Amino acid sequence: MSVLTVLIVVLGAIFLVVGAWYVLTRKDLLVATIASSIISLILSVFFLILQAPDVALTEATVGVALTTIIFVVTIRNTKRMEE
Amino acid sequence: MKKIIIILLLAVIGYFLADIFFEIPFGEDSMVVSKEYLDKSPNDLHVANTVTSIVVNFRGFDTLGEVTVLFLASTAIGSILFRRRKVHTKLNPQRNAPHASRIVQISAKILFPLIVLLGAYVFIHGHLTPGGGFQGGVIIATGYLLLLVTYRKFSVSHSSLTWIEAIAGVTFAGIGVLGLILGKDFLENFLPVGTINNLFSGGIIGIIYVAVGFKVASELTGILDTMLSIKVDSEENEQN
Repeated sequence: MSVLTVLIVVLGAIFLVVGAWYVLTRKDLLVATIASSIISLILSVFFLILQAPDVALTEATVGVALTTIIFVVTIRNTKRMEE
Repeated sequence: MKKIIIILLLAVIGYFLADIFFEIPFGEDSMVVSKEYLDKSPNDLHVANTVTSIVVNFRGFDTLGEVTVLFLASTAIGSILFRRRKVHTKLNPQRNAPHASRIVQISAKILFPLIVLLGAYVFIHGHLTPGGGFQGGVIIATGYLLLLVTYRKFSVSHSSLTWIEAIAGVTFAGIGVLGLILGKDFLENFLPVGTINNLFSGGIIGIIYVAVGFKVASELTGILDTMLSIKVDSEENEQN
């Protein structure tokens, strides 16, 4: 493992924990959805580092694009703020 | 009294669990089946990507089940949310929504064929490079998502999507049945395996992954188109 990989892993892990806390506590559901999509992006980089490119592809397409857009459409048709 | 009985029962269960736990050999490699996979897929089946050969050849029936689950999910979403196209063209609320900017429209036009090409590459080369039918199909659906979000008037024909989906599903199941007819097991390889690392190698994997790619792409595009045009109902209800 090179220094760059270690740096990416440490930074990514910090972002993952902060992002998960952010998603849980936010009242604005749209912001929470975008944050969870960023979490998926970091996870797909992690899968690539762990040498699972199949899983990384699935996570990048399903987690970042499809799930996010389905949540956004649902929020658009219901309420944006959590009560 | 009750608490004592509970503690006794927990102690008995704990004793048996601990007994089984200490029976397990620690630190010894007992995974025989993974060695079989790693040995067999490059040598006998001539598949470069071992993950693909496990998913399609050794556990093809599981993959058929997954595809069926996805089909059921898309059918359920369609049956709950889908309304006929005639209603949309008249009352489509997305027509009144602000258009995407010119930059986004032109970049979408340039990016769409490239995204579809990438998806097709991923599922055609599923037995050589990482990826496969599911990933390629989702990538193609993402390309259609870009067009659906950018162009308000863009819509996909649901009847042709249904036909593509049906033909792809029948191809997948038909290859399994063809194996039965030719005297092999269900979804067992019956084609010549070719040379490893060539495009035409690995037997039935290529055909099955092309079918799965088309099926997943059409299903997810249908789901996205249905979900992006459901605002019609709520506006209609508000007017009534």
